[in-house]
Amino acid sequence: MLGVFRHQANGARLIVSKFLGQGKGGCSVRRPFVHASPLSRGMADVAVVADKMNVRDALNSALDEELTRDPLVYVMGEEVGQYQGAYKITKGLLEKYGIERVRDTPITEMGFTGIGVGSAFYGLKPVVEFMSINFAMQAIDHVINSAAKMLYMSGGKISVPIVFRGPNGAAAGVGAQHSQCFAAWYGSCPGLKVLMPYDAEEARGLLKAAIRDPDPCIFLENELLYGVEYPMSAASKDKDFTLPIGQAKIMREGKDVTIVTFSRQVEIALKAADILAKDGISAEIINLRSIRPLDRPCINNSVRKTSRLVTLEEGWPQHGVGCEIIATICDESFFYLDAPPERICGADVPMPYAVNLEALAVPTMDDIIRIVKRCCHRGRAAA
Amino acid sequence: MNGSRSMLRLATAALRQGSSLPGSAGKGAYCKTEFLVRGYAADADAYDKMPDSGKKPDSGEIVVEIPVKFNLHLLESGPPQEAITTKEELMKSYTDMSVIRRAEISADMLFKSQMIRGFCHLYDGQEAVAVGMERALTFDDSVITAYRDHGIFLGRGGTALELFSELMGKKTGCALGKGGSMHLYHRKHNFWGGWGIVGSVPPLGAGLAFAHKYMKKPNVVVAIYGDGAGNQGQLYEAQNLAALWNLPLILLIENNHFGMGTAEWRASKKVTHYDRVPYIPGIKADGMDMFSVREAFKYCKEHCLAGKGPIMLEADTYRYHGHSMSDPGSTYRSRKEIQGMRQERDPIERIRKIILTEELVTKEELKDLDKKIRAEVEDAAAKAREEPFPSDDELFANIYKADSGLVAYGCDRRKTKVEMP
Repeated sequence: MLGVFRHQANGARLIVSKFLGQGKGGCSVRRPFVHASPLSRGMADVAVVADKMNVRDALNSALDEELTRDPLVYVMGEEVGQYQGAYKITKGLLEKYGIERVRDTPITEMGFTGIGVGSAFYGLKPVVEFMSINFAMQAIDHVINSAAKMLYMSGGKISVPIVFRGPNGAAAGVGAQHSQCFAAWYGSCPGLKVLMPYDAEEARGLLKAAIRDPDPCIFLENELLYGVEYPMSAASKDKDFTLPIGQAKIMREGKDVTIVTFSRQVEIALKAADILAKDGISAEIINLRSIRPLDRPCINNSVRKTSRLVTLEEGWPQHGVGCEIIATICDESFFYLDAPPERICGADVPMPYAVNLEALAVPTMDDIIRIVKRCCHRGRAAA
Repeated sequence: MNGSRSMLRLATAALRQGSSLPGSAGKGAYCKTEFLVRGYAADADAYDKMPDSGKKPDSGEIVVEIPVKFNLHLLESGPPQEAITTKEELMKSYTDMSVIRRAEISADMLFKSQMIRGFCHLYDGQEAVAVGMERALTFDDSVITAYRDHGIFLGRGGTALELFSELMGKKTGCALGKGGSMHLYHRKHNFWGGWGIVGSVPPLGAGLAFAHKYMKKPNVVVAIYGDGAGNQGQLYEAQNLAALWNLPLILLIENNHFGMGTAEWRASKKVTHYDRVPYIPGIKADGMDMFSVREAFKYCKEHCLAGKGPIMLEADTYRYHGHSMSDPGSTYRSRKEIQGMRQERDPIERIRKIILTEELVTKEELKDLDKKIRAEVEDAAAKAREEPFPSDDELFANIYKADSGLVAYGCDRRKTKVEMP
């Protein structure tokens, strides 16, 4: 599929996809880059995999590699091209792959999501970016009714290899309409795969897996983590590095209580676990990574070991992800519990703007420590 | 000559000049927009000379020419190309626009010093639209807009203190600090917000218009959206229903030619908005000329109240700042274009010139007025900084209107459980 390599004036290598035809939109430019504009520094802007990367660059590298690997992959969304991405996740991609494969759209989520899904029916592999997953609500009909249900409704005849991605949940001071967490809503939908990475390596591995996956995946990122740097393992630098979908990761082993969480709260839970350890409580932290499919064996095995469960999320409590985790424990490991499970969630309110109220609406480390201690001191004493 | 068609021709020429291939992100491809400075004036020279005015010495009225011709869609005749005004109106409009300008400059500084958090979308450059609109409406008419709402809020009679308080999340804010920049409201003056989702306003505005008609109110609803929202499907749905049900709705398009970083010709097959619907009439006005906006609104209000149904009003305007405070606004526009707009089409300068040419006040008096406005706005910002944040129990207030017996939970369910009386 990949044909000619052209050497740019700046020494960078431009790969022209034979599949899309030379020169007509498959490749970016024939003439050397001479612009001083930050927008056209060209391939230098695409992230390079390194020992330490922030989540933004990790996602960028994943998109870059998957665009190179499979010419049927394309990226679509608002400001993904010339603007280099509203959060710079897609920087450098337009210059490298051209407008056929990195498409700026007007502000019409329902329309371009429908277009993405339709193109996926026919065999393309779109990566649809929502500037905020809150805006995906405009397009949710296509995500659920057109993408998630399609394979089932068609008796297995038509699959939808599409990825929807964007920042989800609360950021900082963005108000009620821009702060909702959609993990629970999407997580309840059969036919959809719901991924929520935490650090840079997971972001990279899970996004690559999602793009290669033949089913519709919704990839919920976190805006506050985009700029945070994490170490990358040697294996994660490989261009075929993927992480399995549906498998949670035990971030920290423990024996007194299991804390199940995902995304940004993983970091806060890890810090809380250090503090709890000083008080003699050994907490096992599970990072779900995948809301759907949920890694039920991992959660159950852990609770059977620790006998106590605390779930932690930023979304709304009623019908939240924590509810399903507690339900699965009740289904399979009820008699292993020594105390009732605890749920830590965001407050049951639309996100307020005022800084003091916003702080009350999202779980803090103090909340985690207090609740874990409470869970550990109730019910039957640990053996 | 249709200003928008000439702009399109210039845009295509610029595009062809700037890049020979799609996918090239060279600055030329989309930044050759200096023509925006001139391209919208049907007669480019009109902006070189002072707006012609004939003073009628007896009546105290001043006649101001509106140089840019109104474009009409499905209308036999449009608003007059001249406006009759008075010294009071000129001074009030100058003051109102200057307050908005200074408030936005203050908001810029407050955001940079992190007193304002989250998103902040500034209105400077577009003052003529907010103020020209209010000259033709009363507070019994309704206005609803999207997130670039600071100027509209002030135009609707919101105070600078309420604005800055809300921007900083203080309890004296117009939404008690719980809304923020994008969610300003003024129920008493029929200002319905303040909305964060692009495209959501037209259906909501049509709904307000439906209610006005249902309750037989002799008023109009102005639903405001930008060129970026012009391609939303729900807009089309709202237009159809408004026309079908003959609603008193003015759809105001604040066309500042960029939807965040995307220029209008990259987002829309058809870049004008006032003439998009074959069954809804429309007018295109010069959004940098307060009188053009005023006359267009007077015309539209009359149209709606005569029971003729909805009407589109496209205001050709410009925002000096980027889309929001996290957008410099210069990666997709040239500084030359922005400077050009400030020099040639600034709405406040325009009124200032009229005031000084008509010798309504002296230059020194106007300078004093400027100082006074600046001081008042900065005082409001300083006072807002001292105001307290909302109290913690505000967290659970107003989730529901009828919340007797409601139980709401905080992050720690056993610690923070609130039961409404």
